[in-house]
Amino acid sequence: MQIFPFLVVAWIVAVGLYGLVTSRDLIHQIVCLIVVQSSTYVLLLGVGYVTGGIAPYFSDISPHTKPVVDPVVQALALTDVVVEAAVTALLLAFAIQAYKRFGTLDPHELAELKG
Amino acid sequence: MTPRQRLVLFAVAVTGLVGCYLWAFSGLPGFGNYPGPYGQAILAHAITQTHATGVVSAINFEYRGFDTVGEEFILFTAAAGMSVVLRRLRNERKDPPEQLEAAAARDVPRTSPAVRGVALLLVAPTVVLGWWLGTHAQTNPSGGFQGGVVLATAFMLVYLSGDLRTARRLRTETVVDAAEAIGAGGFAAVGVTAVALGFPYLYNFLPLGKIPGSVSSSGTIALISLLVGIEVAAAFVAIIGELLEQSLIVRQPTPAPPSQPQPASPPQPEGTD
Amino acid sequence: MIANGLMDTLQIVILVLVAAGALVVVRTRDRVRLVLVLSVYGILLAVLFFAFQAPDVALSEITVGAVALPLILLLAIAKVRKPEP
Repeated sequence: MQIFPFLVVAWIVAVGLYGLVTSRDLIHQIVCLIVVQSSTYVLLLGVGYVTGGIAPYFSDISPHTKPVVDPVVQALALTDVVVEAAVTALLLAFAIQAYKRFGTLDPHELAELKG
Repeated sequence: MTPRQRLVLFAVAVTGLVGCYLWAFSGLPGFGNYPGPYGQAILAHAITQTHATGVVSAINFEYRGFDTVGEEFILFTAAAGMSVVLRRLRNERKDPPEQLEAAAARDVPRTSPAVRGVALLLVAPTVVLGWWLGTHAQTNPSGGFQGGVVLATAFMLVYLSGDLRTARRLRTETVVDAAEAIGAGGFAAVGVTAVALGFPYLYNFLPLGKIPGSVSSSGTIALISLLVGIEVAAAFVAIIGELLEQSLIVRQPTPAPPSQPQPASPPQPEGTD
Repeated sequence: MIANGLMDTLQIVILVLVAAGALVVVRTRDRVRLVLVLSVYGILLAVLFFAFQAPDVALSEITVGAVALPLILLLAIAKVRKPEP
């Protein structure tokens, strides 16, 4: 249990990159990017976890009575999740324009067309 | 390079990458033994300093407020970039209003009454939930980011329960753009106001309130969370609206069906409307 | 002590499910099915974040990864699909 979450993080990165390399569809490649990015959330939260800790909210209990998990990594992961969706939307806009100009979403064929 | 060679090269590379990852992870103190002094120091002083019981939101909007300003402007730029990238190309035509009516009345399978009824019923609770999430950042697990996304989902429910014309009427471009600008600019303005009053940028200069964890506590954290909620909602509504327009209104030059008159399409100048 | 053991078991189970879910997402080729599998993967991630004592991040992941992102993907897929014959 000491290193199992980090093994899962490395696995998700490898699997996402495998999908990215062997893909024949731009939309599928964008979804593989989403999978690779989700591994960083797991890594952030895995680093900040404290065994037996509780969530860092004190509206019903008073602080310093129980161990608490680290709040800084949660703040980073929180803004990350929402911003990722907007950046993915921008990538999809590029894919749509590529489809309109070249008529195909296959990355192998897109690399060969010359504009 | 054949796909097989590409796969072999990838296997070699990913083995090296995963090896480096595991080597790096072996230097960590293990899962559950987080020693970090920064987090514990913040937890010890957060409630007395900011009167906010939601420590994660206090970190987002006060202790690390500068990072959050940057992230919010990433969101703003992505939404603006979509409008630029999806501009009208030279050989596309944007349908005039009567063809918009024809597009709305196109022969598609009608949405089932169950979907429309449930979507209509869920619009009001979703708006209330989004608003509650956006204004309670300092007390509960909530905050401007989540509240804004839930508000944008309410807009999509309106489209599901009605049709394209209703959704377009709701998403007037001037209102959405103004809301986005108010949200993003307001956040930066709160920081600059602190500078004008003689404090560092994004200092918490509003009164902190008596009871830690009530709605009217924690100074600028509640205000910034509200502005961020407005901005995130407007950005997502802009993104979804752009994509809706792309898939339903902007058309490639296909041969017109015999019932509609063939429009004369002179070369349109590029650029947005 | 027993609560710790239960929490550990839950975390291990969800981690295994997330790893399997990532593999399933990557191996799906049909576009619409890909979007639905991504939505389920987002919900699995949200449960994992709950098990890691991070309710805020779980809320973000549910609203974004299971609702807004599949929505945006479906709209883009509707744009680039071949017109009906």
